[in-house]
Amino acid sequence: MLDHDIVVVGGGPAGMAAAAAAYDAGVKDVVILDREEENGGILRQCIHNGFGLHKLGRELTGPEYAAVYKQKIEERGIKTYNLTMVTDISADRVVTACRRDGIIKIRAKAVILAMGCRERSRGALNIPGTRPAGVYSAGTAQKLVNCEGYMVGKRVVILGSGDIGLIMARRMSLQGAKVEAVCEIMPYSGGLTRNIVQCLEDYNIPLYLSTTVAKIHGERRVEGVTVARVDENRKPIKKTERYIPCDTLLLSCGLIPENELTRTAGIPISPVTGGAIVDEHRQTEIAGIFACGNVLQVHDLVDYVSDEAEIAGAGAAEFVKNGSLAAANLQTLPGNGVRYVLPQRVSSEAKEDISLYLRVTQPFGRVCFTVKSGDEVLSTAVRLKAAPGEMEKLNIKSEKLKTAKEPITVSLEELK
Amino acid sequence: MKRNLTCIICPRGCTLTVETEGDKVSVSGNSCPKGAVYGIEETTRPTRTVTSVVRVSNREDTMVSVKTAEPVPKENIFDVMALIKKASVKAPIHIGDKILVDVCGTDIVATKDVL
Amino acid sequence: MVYDAVIIGAGVTGGMLARELMKYRLAVCICEKENDVACGASKANSGIVHGGYDPVPGTLKARLNAAGVEKLFETAKLLHVPVKRCGSLVCAFSEAEATRINELYERGLKNGISGISVITGAEARKAEPNLSPEVCAALSVENSGIVCPYELTIAAVGNAMDNGAELKLNFEAEKITEKGGVFTVISKNGESVKARYLINCAGGYSDKIAELLDDKFFEIIPRAGEYMLLDKTEGSRVSRTIFRVPTKEGKGVLVSPTVDGNLLTGPTSAAVASAESRETTPEGLDTVARLASNSVPGIDFRGVITSFTGVRASEKGGDFIIEPSKRVKGLLHVAAIDSPGLTCCVAIAEYAAEQLKNMGLRMEKNPEFNPRRENPHAFREMTDSAKNEYIKIHPEYGRIVCRCETVSEGEIRDAVRRNPKTFDIDGIKRRTRAGMGRCQGGFCAPYVMKILSEENGIPMEKVTKNGGNSYMVSEREGE
Repeated sequence: MLDHDIVVVGGGPAGMAAAAAAYDAGVKDVVILDREEENGGILRQCIHNGFGLHKLGRELTGPEYAAVYKQKIEERGIKTYNLTMVTDISADRVVTACRRDGIIKIRAKAVILAMGCRERSRGALNIPGTRPAGVYSAGTAQKLVNCEGYMVGKRVVILGSGDIGLIMARRMSLQGAKVEAVCEIMPYSGGLTRNIVQCLEDYNIPLYLSTTVAKIHGERRVEGVTVARVDENRKPIKKTERYIPCDTLLLSCGLIPENELTRTAGIPISPVTGGAIVDEHRQTEIAGIFACGNVLQVHDLVDYVSDEAEIAGAGAAEFVKNGSLAAANLQTLPGNGVRYVLPQRVSSEAKEDISLYLRVTQPFGRVCFTVKSGDEVLSTAVRLKAAPGEMEKLNIKSEKLKTAKEPITVSLEELK
Repeated sequence: MKRNLTCIICPRGCTLTVETEGDKVSVSGNSCPKGAVYGIEETTRPTRTVTSVVRVSNREDTMVSVKTAEPVPKENIFDVMALIKKASVKAPIHIGDKILVDVCGTDIVATKDVL
Repeated sequence: MVYDAVIIGAGVTGGMLARELMKYRLAVCICEKENDVACGASKANSGIVHGGYDPVPGTLKARLNAAGVEKLFETAKLLHVPVKRCGSLVCAFSEAEATRINELYERGLKNGISGISVITGAEARKAEPNLSPEVCAALSVENSGIVCPYELTIAAVGNAMDNGAELKLNFEAEKITEKGGVFTVISKNGESVKARYLINCAGGYSDKIAELLDDKFFEIIPRAGEYMLLDKTEGSRVSRTIFRVPTKEGKGVLVSPTVDGNLLTGPTSAAVASAESRETTPEGLDTVARLASNSVPGIDFRGVITSFTGVRASEKGGDFIIEPSKRVKGLLHVAAIDSPGLTCCVAIAEYAAEQLKNMGLRMEKNPEFNPRRENPHAFREMTDSAKNEYIKIHPEYGRIVCRCETVSEGEIRDAVRRNPKTFDIDGIKRRTRAGMGRCQGGFCAPYVMKILSEENGIPMEKVTKNGGNSYMVSEREGE
């Protein structure tokens, strides 16, 4: 059994930022456990640009953004165990991991969960038809194309307009493939607007909304797909079916926080976010275990992942130093037009201002967000538009929380 | 001439209205000065940063990610890609190393270390 | 060379028969048209060890089922294939169905099986609390269980091979000739094998094989069954297999735990054009969800990790056809093996071997026959300290490749190397469960491809999902 103050599970953007922040907050004995050969997580395959504008004030590619944080880890001398798969986390903070030199167990004063997320698979989508080769989740294809240098197909249909799907539409086009269509079952795209413009419009790739893949064809390798418009229950409408020949179907239909270890530890999970229920320090319902990044909630911007991870890292450090954190006595709840609010609990004793992160239920034009506790307005914010694909951030002053009562609700009103 | 554009400078994605009258170009709908510049550039001389990967010839199964050091004219994207696809490079490589020089007015640089 | 026996088809029937024949001093070869074993009905069925109440008394099915259950449990144990004697309930939802339950009970007694009883709806719900409140009576079957059908097939073929049997993959019989008591089977690729005895275990294609020898006295009527497999989070909804009352079309949509801890729902039953008709349909999947929810309300179908279709090799007569050809000497048909074929596979193998003996095959005991096959899952089931010791000697066991099912690189490399060797991604999945979990290979597929490429000495672009042109990637730029 090894002992460390803080164990960070996952060396992606969240894990690295959390480890560095914990170190900077005064806890030097921090280790990262990561399953890959090197840190960086999913950023290693996100070779496109667009990262870091908020957080670092410059536009970087994924590997460059990861390099910034890798350097932070190196400068601080934070140890990473790579090629290390965590197989168990117990509620009393013993982390078990499997390595090529054996199984290690680490007893930690605090644990930070940063395992990221996985993609929804073809099976989970339950698309009828055959089961040929050539059906990939967009991220798997991205890894094969960007990390291994292989092409996965020549004629492509993409289901789902999530950001990875849009990015892969461009990537496949650049590599010489013909992207026939991007189909989105919802009446609006799940990706960032800028990605629709620079990944689809630039390459004349059609985006079909309220449209899904109704059937996969092909015996050994994909030969085509039947696409169809969907009704209000998202069921394909038979008479709108049409066949698109293709050899590849990429799926970009949502990300699922990878919380199997979290569940085994007995940590309560929010059915809405798919991640742990946390307080403003990103501490889960089990004291001393924190969560951040895509394992907590699926983010659209890595910049916000870094912010969230820094909060978790600082929180974990404070927990290690004090042995506890102020009780998060105020619940936060989504109101009109808001799907969820995170953190789900905050403390009226918060020393610093708090940011609430949220997603809206559907696309809106100009909106005003209101954060309320009873009749008291804690904060308001106006946005030119709001969409489910883009996470919103609202600030509350710490002094406003002192007198706040349960629950704190966040709602929106569409403005004319 | 009036044209609506979605700004792609940042994830906010503002809807810009660009009006062209002779040599005069004006932008509205932007939330920041960068948006105005984008609106003008996108109308007069659209450019994009191109990113891809290049094979590392002396490392098994290794690719290095690369980008154009500066955005290139939109119509040159596939010219840039044709050159990148043919290229290979030897490790060690550091972030920022030039992989190809003078490609459509800029360089292709590594975005990753391969040591 | 001339083999003593050539078996056409490496499904559970052919595999188990090959193993049975290796108990004797015989040269045996299995010819399989696919890139791996267990690629037909043996990979996509309910995985049930049926109690034996359903077959019509007096049929071969009834006889082999009654004899086959214990034989299957024993053999699975020898082959280290996980089985679970979990029992089953056949549920009636109406008075009319309750009458049928009584008939099934009587039929079970006639078939000579024990451990069956008729219970009330309340008793059924006491045993299975998640069962529908509409269940008014049930047949409780103690001596039944679950087994992983493709693992059993792989183990049977592997054990046969360890004892000297040969396996030819991608060998699709196109022409068969017989001359002077020797059969020559010629494949689509022009390969040929010779044997004195020929055994037709070709499942959905067994009538086609019979036709090649001008001996088509039966016709396979393929029936497709669609299934949905759910995540382990749904795995404990039931602890027994929950059946509905069987109809002419089959045993109906069941809800069952699996040996791996998942929940299986299905199958539908629809006549299809051929054994290749393995499509899932929106209607079929809806039917599965509806009937499964009717039996066990509350199943969360958001937990579906995959859906698939299996094709049963049914025949008009309704019974197994295990008999020597009346026209061609030395030819044995083992055909029309639909449900309860998996349950009966060991009994079928013994019965078929007996037939071969009667046909004149010289069967001399092989004293070196090893009935055991080592446990491929041993590593996962080891204690932490035992794992540690093992990893010290085999470090590749410390590298977890499939996170959903916790499968190590060592297990995958072993699966490629041991009998029956595999060359494709689906083969790895069936042997190790890598890619079988909730992400369905999203993370591990590139690693598995790399291991297959290294172990088999083939480039990445030649690695397939399941043989043929099921390629995963194309050649790299600049190579």
